[in-house]
Amino acid sequence: MGAGTSRMRGDTISTEGTPMRALRDTGSAILPLRLDSAGFAIDGKPLLSTLTLSIAPGRRLIVMGANGAGKSLFLRLCHGLIEPTSGRRFWADGSTRPDAQAMVFQRPVLLRRSVAANLDYPLKLRGMSRGARRDAVATTLQRFGLEPLADRPARLLSGGEQQRLALARAWAMRPEVLFLDEPCSALDPSATRIIEKMIESFAAEGITIVMTTHDLGQARRLAQDVAFLHRGRLIEHGPAAPFFAGPQAPEARAFLAGDLIW
Amino acid sequence: MDGPFGIALGLITSADAALMQIIGLSLRVTLTAVLIACVLGLPLGAGLALARFPGRAAVIVMFNALMGLPPVVAGLLVYLLLSRSGPFGDLGLLFTPTAMVIAQTLLILPIVISLTRSVVEDLWVEYREQLRSLGAGRLRAVPTLLWDGRVSLLTGVLAGFGRASAEVGAVLIVGGNIAGHTRTMTTAITLETARGSLGLAVALGIILMALTLTLNALAWGAGQWARGRLG
Amino acid sequence: MSHTRRNTSLGFVSGLAMLAALPAAAQDFITVASTTSTENSGLFEHILPMFQDETGIEVRVVAQGTGQALETGRRGDADVVFVHARELEQAFVADGYGVQRFDVMYNDFVLVGPGDDPAGIAGAPSAAEAIGAIAGAEAPFASRGDDSGTHVAEQNLWATAWVEPSGGWYRETGSGMGPTLNTASQMNAYALTDRGTWLSFQNRGELKILFEGDEVLFNPYGVILVNPERHPHVTAEAGQIFIDWITSATGQDAIASYTLGGEQLFFPSAN
Repeated sequence: MGAGTSRMRGDTISTEGTPMRALRDTGSAILPLRLDSAGFAIDGKPLLSTLTLSIAPGRRLIVMGANGAGKSLFLRLCHGLIEPTSGRRFWADGSTRPDAQAMVFQRPVLLRRSVAANLDYPLKLRGMSRGARRDAVATTLQRFGLEPLADRPARLLSGGEQQRLALARAWAMRPEVLFLDEPCSALDPSATRIIEKMIESFAAEGITIVMTTHDLGQARRLAQDVAFLHRGRLIEHGPAAPFFAGPQAPEARAFLAGDLIW
Repeated sequence: MDGPFGIALGLITSADAALMQIIGLSLRVTLTAVLIACVLGLPLGAGLALARFPGRAAVIVMFNALMGLPPVVAGLLVYLLLSRSGPFGDLGLLFTPTAMVIAQTLLILPIVISLTRSVVEDLWVEYREQLRSLGAGRLRAVPTLLWDGRVSLLTGVLAGFGRASAEVGAVLIVGGNIAGHTRTMTTAITLETARGSLGLAVALGIILMALTLTLNALAWGAGQWARGRLG
Repeated sequence: MSHTRRNTSLGFVSGLAMLAALPAAAQDFITVASTTSTENSGLFEHILPMFQDETGIEVRVVAQGTGQALETGRRGDADVVFVHARELEQAFVADGYGVQRFDVMYNDFVLVGPGDDPAGIAGAPSAAEAIGAIAGAEAPFASRGDDSGTHVAEQNLWATAWVEPSGGWYRETGSGMGPTLNTASQMNAYALTDRGTWLSFQNRGELKILFEGDEVLFNPYGVILVNPERHPHVTAEAGQIFIDWITSATGQDAIASYTLGGEQLFFPSAN
């Protein structure tokens, strides 16, 4: 995989992938995603507070913050797995939860069936015809180098292969925006590198990336924009370069300096 | 060769027609009941696992308790319903294999529902966010969870089969133990015991156990294979 | 997921198909509610094939306790009742549930007990004195205790002996004749049983017939057609054919020809 992935992907675009990709080239229909002082509380205890930001199309946004800062909740709020208990969330197309988004979890749940069937499942949910699904699954298997594993039970893959399949499944759903929650935290360095290459290639295809990580090196490698959360609040949000050069907020400075902050 | 094992072996090797008829009916009745209980119980159990409604806890407790429903009580209930003097008397189903299927379905259904609920509820905890993310709502999650829980669910189905194939109280009351018509392994064992033909009764018991053992071994093998194959 | 749905619907269809195939196709049968003791004696297996050969009518026998058999008739779940409890049968007809009672046959009760006969009933001059001796010795006695015809006969016998049986020696099994004999055989207890069940009973252990022959021990069987005026679905025509046959010379000969171990079990008594 690795660098080869993007090149393979390039081939795919020029051949059978074209009709499916055409949609994306017209630009994003659902972004920007805007949060308007959105908050999330359980039993009156606020876990996310007054989040106001706009997620622009075509960018790689890295969400950072200490453990418990609310990074995962933030992704779930954006993705629509939870609803804001205060404030609002707007998609550009006006829908409450558009289809053209996907999320890869820290520990993705793969269905107890074959690799190919795992790819087929969300497409079927979207009402794609049998023939279209067969083509899409074949394209995805090829794109992610999963062809030799197509008939293997997904639950018996290695950790790296499982995460690769999770990314492939997300990609097969044709997302305009892809949320990733610590996708590499359980992986070794070589598997991590493979996943990072894939994320970069997704971005190159125009998929907007919103990803949490607590790996500073990974954040520096991937980020175009950074959102920094502290105790459920958005402290900083902006381009990556100035943030890493010198963050405004003291909490962010301390975080970059490697201090544990709470 | 006069011991129960000898008699059992003799019965089997001679392919005694009456015995084959009894074994066939037993299997047909119990397997049909298991099938119907699954068709009804799997979706109901999964629905109960995912649905939230007032009184849900009471329904769960009720089905758990019904797992211990005495077969005689189930039989009596079906008897009163199907009797010519009962509400469904016009169907003329009492003392037929169909009545036995109904009674056994009633016995198995709570087992299938309760075990399905438990299996699906556990899976739901694990799958919930992922399925929602992929675009599956609660309703659509039901078949997904049933399919992914199939190996564990098999245990529940087997427990149901075991209960149905072993019980005598219900089939005796609603079937009537009519020779050649509604006589099953268990009612035949009861009859032979009453006749004091203990050797023959035990021989029938041995055959019943052998059948149950075979079916369970097959199911266990299938489960192991699926586990290794599907993770 | 297509698998699940396809499999489920397939299973459902085949399940329905199996269900549909279950009820018997032909309606050429009658249901006879009879007693476990009659079933256990093996009589039906002897005479019913002859009846079916002659008439083409299949007889499905549901063997129950006498009380339950009559209740089955009352509810209309049988076409014919064939039991041995004359007073209950007469009440059954009087209440309009049965058309008419016909005598069919009788067998007799015998007192069985352990071979060494600890209560010494073997030489008793009457059944009442024999059973009285058991009470006097407080020897173990296994009773049906299930309100069956046999149990009623046993209670009548205690009454004629002026004994109200109770205490540790008197054990009610609350079950059929066979299970009661199994219990008696295990406990080396006395028991009252019909001769038919006894002769076909194989798990006797130490038990032997110790008293027999008193006229009060005779056990008459009656056959009654369930009243079609009360239960219109009753297969009355075929049921009447069965009653006519079993009380005819042919049927009576069939009953008389049934023997176990060389002994005749039932004695024809139709007029």
